[in-house]
Amino acid sequence: MLQINNLHASINGKEILKGINLTVKDGEVHAVMGLNGAGKSTLSNVIVGHPAYEVTEGSITWNGKDLLSLKPEERAHEGIFLSFQQPVEIPGVSMVNFMRAALNAKRKYQGLEPMPAGDFLKLMREKRSIVELDSKLTSRSVNEGFSGGEKKRNEIFQMAMLEPTMTILDETDSGLDVDALRIVAEGFNKLRRPESSAIVITHYQRLLDYLKPDVVHVLIDGRIVKTGGPELATEIESRGFDWIKEEIGL
Amino acid sequence: MSAEKQYIDFFGEVRDTIAARSCAEMNEQRESAFEAFSAQGFPLQKVERYRYAKVDADFSPNYGIALAPLTGPLPPYCFRIAEADSHARVLYNKVADATDSIVALNTMLCVDTLVVHVPKGIRVEHPIQISNILKGDQDTMVSRRILVVMEEQAEADIIITDRAASQSRFLTNQVIEVVMKDGSHLNLYEIEETHLLCTRYNSVFVQQGRDSSLHHTNLTLFNGHTRNRLDVLLQGDGSEVTANGCIIADKMQRVDNNTLIDHQVPACQSSELYKYVLDDSAVGAFAGKVLVREGAQKTSSKETNANLCATSSARMYSQPMLEIYADDVQCSHGSTVGQMDEAALFYMRQRGIDEKEARLLLKAAFITEVIETIPLESLRDRLHVLVDKRLRGELSKCEGCKLCK
Amino acid sequence: MGNDKNSFVREVAEKKYEYGFTTNVETDIIEKGLSEDVVRLISRKKGEPDWLLQFRLNAFRYWLTLEQPTWGHLKMPPIDYQAISYYADPTRKGQGAGSKGQEGEKEIDPELMKTFDKLGIPLEERMALAGTAVDAVMDSVSVKTTFREKLQEKGIIFCSISEAVREHPDLVREYLGSVVPYKDNFFAALNSAVFSDGSFVYIPKGVRCPMELSTYFRINARGTGQFERTLIVCDDDAYVSYLEGCTAPMRDENQLHAAIVEIVVKERAEVKYSTVQNWYPGDSEGKGGVLNLVTKRGHLRGANSRLSWTQVETGSAITWKYPSCVLSGEGSQAEFYSVAVTNNYQQADTGTKMIHIGRNTKSTIISKGISAGKSQNAYRGLVKVASTADGARNYSSCDSLLLGSHCGAHTFPYMDVHNDTAVVEHEATTSKISEDQLFYCNQRGISTEEAVSLIVNGYAKEVINKLPMEFAVEAQKLLGVSLEGSVG
Repeated sequence: MLQINNLHASINGKEILKGINLTVKDGEVHAVMGLNGAGKSTLSNVIVGHPAYEVTEGSITWNGKDLLSLKPEERAHEGIFLSFQQPVEIPGVSMVNFMRAALNAKRKYQGLEPMPAGDFLKLMREKRSIVELDSKLTSRSVNEGFSGGEKKRNEIFQMAMLEPTMTILDETDSGLDVDALRIVAEGFNKLRRPESSAIVITHYQRLLDYLKPDVVHVLIDGRIVKTGGPELATEIESRGFDWIKEEIGL
Repeated sequence: MSAEKQYIDFFGEVRDTIAARSCAEMNEQRESAFEAFSAQGFPLQKVERYRYAKVDADFSPNYGIALAPLTGPLPPYCFRIAEADSHARVLYNKVADATDSIVALNTMLCVDTLVVHVPKGIRVEHPIQISNILKGDQDTMVSRRILVVMEEQAEADIIITDRAASQSRFLTNQVIEVVMKDGSHLNLYEIEETHLLCTRYNSVFVQQGRDSSLHHTNLTLFNGHTRNRLDVLLQGDGSEVTANGCIIADKMQRVDNNTLIDHQVPACQSSELYKYVLDDSAVGAFAGKVLVREGAQKTSSKETNANLCATSSARMYSQPMLEIYADDVQCSHGSTVGQMDEAALFYMRQRGIDEKEARLLLKAAFITEVIETIPLESLRDRLHVLVDKRLRGELSKCEGCKLCK
Repeated sequence: MGNDKNSFVREVAEKKYEYGFTTNVETDIIEKGLSEDVVRLISRKKGEPDWLLQFRLNAFRYWLTLEQPTWGHLKMPPIDYQAISYYADPTRKGQGAGSKGQEGEKEIDPELMKTFDKLGIPLEERMALAGTAVDAVMDSVSVKTTFREKLQEKGIIFCSISEAVREHPDLVREYLGSVVPYKDNFFAALNSAVFSDGSFVYIPKGVRCPMELSTYFRINARGTGQFERTLIVCDDDAYVSYLEGCTAPMRDENQLHAAIVEIVVKERAEVKYSTVQNWYPGDSEGKGGVLNLVTKRGHLRGANSRLSWTQVETGSAITWKYPSCVLSGEGSQAEFYSVAVTNNYQQADTGTKMIHIGRNTKSTIISKGISAGKSQNAYRGLVKVASTADGARNYSSCDSLLLGSHCGAHTFPYMDVHNDTAVVEHEATTSKISEDQLFYCNQRGISTEEAVSLIVNGYAKEVINKLPMEFAVEAQKLLGVSLEGSVG
């Protein structure tokens, strides 16, 4: 279970998150919607421990552990996975080496031996097919020369490899055409286990049509101003955000 | 004139011994080299091509000076100069820059030359490996000389490795001359894997004929102080050179690469890629000049120097130069000094790779670009392993000594 | 057609250097030669205080210990420093050498006014519409500074440096030599000993200078050197844009120009310094022309200060200069934009130095070299990041364009990085105008000459765009003129 209490965070001295409260129980999918600049990406970056952001107040616990005291890699080992909005290209580091380093780091954290090379390659092949990722892509450097859609698919592929219990999808739908969106979303659904949870950050309804969130939050100016069921997303799709602003008197 | 004096005095004492151990071709050049060296002394930092070297300090210590001829079985196509074909022998000291004091010092003190002579039209199947192993209880200065002659249409891979097998101080002054006749192809690799007490001066001079091609890779994996000079004279139309370098330095290591690609005739191509990874208090320098002479039309040249400084005490001097006297040319150069990509670092950590490992992977990735250009596959694979070990600190040649802790 | 071609050639020949006329004004020139007495004489003529005389004498004595440097990629004719007159005053007619310097309102020779009219310099205040305040320096002496009163209202000081020495001695004393000390280099020492005049600018705290300030330099008298000195101090939160234009008459001997420009930029202040240099480049045989050996440097002392150098160098037989920036203030930003055109036998070795000392300092270098004829054009630049300059950034881009197969284009960048948080990037390309481009223009009815001019202007656009409007137009014309006759 992820519990965020009164979270304040800033970047370069500018406060972006102004008191976030959010609880995501095991097995739940939460959607966070909001306009550009509301703080959605900041929220996801703070959860995974991006060093550029400073938490000035509040707490985040994950299955009872103080998440803020953990390094980014330790948070990953604890099962938190971020699908980046803009996955970075890492020239010269092959996908195979990269994934093997990541997977074995997690196994080490869990007290397991490194995975034998044969098993690892087999696992790569298996998971690749779930997101229909071309084998040519996994033989290249991390994200290098990938199209926008390929990068997003690669994120879901990595999720498949690392089997997180909390996945944050940061605008995974942006830059995807309808078919790519379907593949990514269906891949995600196939990979989800009953106990794993997710936070889906998005502007639009269309990704949520596939992912079926249990709870929908609206983030405006660093605060969650409204929470509801899936119907809230539908309403936002047709009416935009202005009515919410009016409702809360902004 | 303090550092020079010991060499001048020494030569005065042993010139007869040297002459007796050497051969006519080498002895013919010796006295004029001595005169040049005595007159000029060591190059000061004012000399543009020695701007980043500390010659005086490097040559000052009191070394025992080795005057031994080559011993042991030689690889195929390799000869002691006295036994080499006269066509090859006469090329001794014809390509090297005789005005360079460091070269003159070599010509003055060297007693033997390893000649690699590949006859016309011969394609050498297996790479020719030349291992220089520094060994001895005393601090020693070694003068080494190699002459490579590639006859018309000859093809070969030559790997020259420098290693140190004992913990003494070593100073190597090496001169390599390469004559490439029309249509010949050569892949020349130099790999240095010595230790912190080793100083290496290495001057490589290449003369290329028509439609010849050279792929030169210089790898400094472990060293003390290293200064490499590479001059490539493109003298035949349509010749090509690729000159790459990969340098990993930390602690107090110093690596200075100084290159000149001299386009003397039309339609030649040159490409240079030097990458440095500097850690701790290492100092790196790269000065590369591309000279396109008047009339050398249709020249294509690309020069890149990229550097990664991992600490605030590491220093990098970068000086890519273009000197161009012809208009129908395509020349570019680029140079960067930077640090690790923070976004990539974070991405890796989010996937659970710890920071130290992530940094290591990024350093290796940075170097990979150079390794990947190596035509010889087996060497490429070996180097990936070596680079990884080097970055993990497993390549230290002086395990247990105080310096490497 | 043959006739047409001839007339075109004639036109070009005549057009070559538009500004090559001499003005018949009586000029007070001191004897040729350089000695301590000459230094004292210059100082006395200008009625200078003792501290300034001492400054000159120290510089002179230091200069005597130096040798002229040779490291430039230049073939320099030997300079006989004893064959130059170090002081020429065209405003002082009828007064012989050695007369006491009573400074009053100078009467300006009408001939001189005509000279500046010919140059298109708005010296008269009725030209105020141009919105530029001008300080004109002919040979050694500042002739007239326009717009004085209007600037005074804002507390801005814009006057000749001689005047500043008299009227604002404390300011001059505080800053003179503080950015370029006389020990800096051979030519800086020489200038410090014999500088004759130049401009002084002080912008007080918080003031945005409402107009472009401008200086025109012209060497007129035969056998004289010009050693002007410009000092600009921009106080906290202030702003100024400064323009410098240069011309000289056609003479077949080399004329020496060894100036110093010093700029002090304080907290959050911003200075833009633009130069259009069109000194006489010598004739097509390489005879004559100005030797332009200048030291220009700005010190970004204050946090978040900004300085930008923009130069269009089309003239001079030899140009040897590196307008530089010392970035001490945290977060300070410097820019260098340069177009250097060389034709015939001209030689240029120019570029910049960016010395990063303060944290988070940024610099940008954009250099465009264009060589034609038998000329040599070199970019030389140093980017140094000190160990204190955490987070420093530099981007340099140096492009060369060669027109013809007998010229040279060279790039000598030096990068010394002593800080691991710095990011320094350099790139350079060398190219020529492609036959395809020319043919495309020809096919559209544009002559080859015109096409070259168009392409060159396009190539230099990034820099030209940085110039203030009036200068940009002039610079574009100059690019066309300097390259005429360079193709085909």
